[in-house]
Amino acid sequence: MDFQSCVNIKKEWDIVGARQLGRDISRKIGFGTVDQARIATAISELARNIYLYAGTGKVCFEALEDMNKKGIRIVATDEGPGIKDISQVMEDGFTTSGGLGAGLPGVKRLMDDFDIVSGEGEGTEITVVKWLR
Amino acid sequence: MDERLKNVVVEHSDDIVKMWLEEVNTHKKNDYTSTISDEMFESTNREFVNVIFSSIEKQGLSSDLDDFSERLINLGWPLSYLTDGMQVFRRVVTDFILKQSDKIDSDYFSEVLRKVDGWVDPIINRLVNEYSGSWEHIVSLQRVALQELSAPLIPVMENITIMPLIGTIDTERAKLIMENLLDGVIKHNAEVVLIDITGVPVVDTMVAHHIIQAAEAVRLIGSRCILVGIRPEIAQTIVNLGIDLGKFPTKSSLRKGFQTALELTNRRIEETQNNDEDIEKLIDSLDRE
Repeated sequence: MDFQSCVNIKKEWDIVGARQLGRDISRKIGFGTVDQARIATAISELARNIYLYAGTGKVCFEALEDMNKKGIRIVATDEGPGIKDISQVMEDGFTTSGGLGAGLPGVKRLMDDFDIVSGEGEGTEITVVKWLR
Repeated sequence: MDERLKNVVVEHSDDIVKMWLEEVNTHKKNDYTSTISDEMFESTNREFVNVIFSSIEKQGLSSDLDDFSERLINLGWPLSYLTDGMQVFRRVVTDFILKQSDKIDSDYFSEVLRKVDGWVDPIINRLVNEYSGSWEHIVSLQRVALQELSAPLIPVMENITIMPLIGTIDTERAKLIMENLLDGVIKHNAEVVLIDITGVPVVDTMVAHHIIQAAEAVRLIGSRCILVGIRPEIAQTIVNLGIDLGKFPTKSSLRKGFQTALELTNRRIEETQNNDEDIEKLIDSLDRE
């Protein structure tokens, strides 16, 4: 564990701030442009979900480093309404806001590890990891 | 009482200024102003303290203060320099007055504090207002500038129009893009619109959704939309996200998109006859004769 930094999501432009910080960190870790774009897009989705559904929350970044691999961990937390049925939101095309419904399943495909903890009225915490190959 | 305190401060202004300067100088070492040259810092401090005293003497905010803050804003001094300076001034003056007086009870103490606050607070408020006013002004100017840049539409040829997008797309901008696109298509009577996303750093589901909607709306008014400038990494993230852009043609570069647009409007690029060749032919024929 190298360092950790967080971006609070309150306005729409905070999504851009989170994305830029995430991109900077992933560049420092050594990710290539394609993976940087994947990570930035995933952050964008997670931060936008916070902005759209919970209003406020935060996105934290952590550079991971152990003996044989490096990576980035992104944790998006909010205290919003939470998700009632997690399997439903992980389906492609499911949306409550008229969007494409590709956000969370897309993030799962963009990243290597994906973990979601949420309950109705309990907020949501999504942890994703991308490993450097 | 009021006048007396004021007189004490004004009479001993030299001592107070000295104490203030010493204290402000200790601040300098460990923060923001370390890049500013010593002489500059010194002269600004002198001017600052003169401005403070002149507004105390006049019992009101002077135009000197406005001039001073305006100049500092233009030079880009941080606001924290001024607020820190005023806090130091408050502390120094309070200390000084209390040291001068022989009887100190709580009434006197709170009277002194109130009086000093009465000098310091209006100045702080004015300075903060000046600074935030100038920031707000800059922000509003930039917002206007950004809006002008946000969704330009260029009619390059008869029936072909290009919208180059650069930078982040948020909801407000997405709305502008849609409006400008539809207005422009009708105004320029475009058959084909090229949306160029070369300069868009991240295409997430929201951006893709807005582009799909815009393309769909363009289709509804009878024109065609081609999405161009899809970089390889963007193509990969779009596939990973599982976004379906199959409803309208996409191209990697503006050039290829433009060629397609020409084909769609039954035109093609033809090279003009080369003049050099003509001359060579002429010389050849002359030789043969």
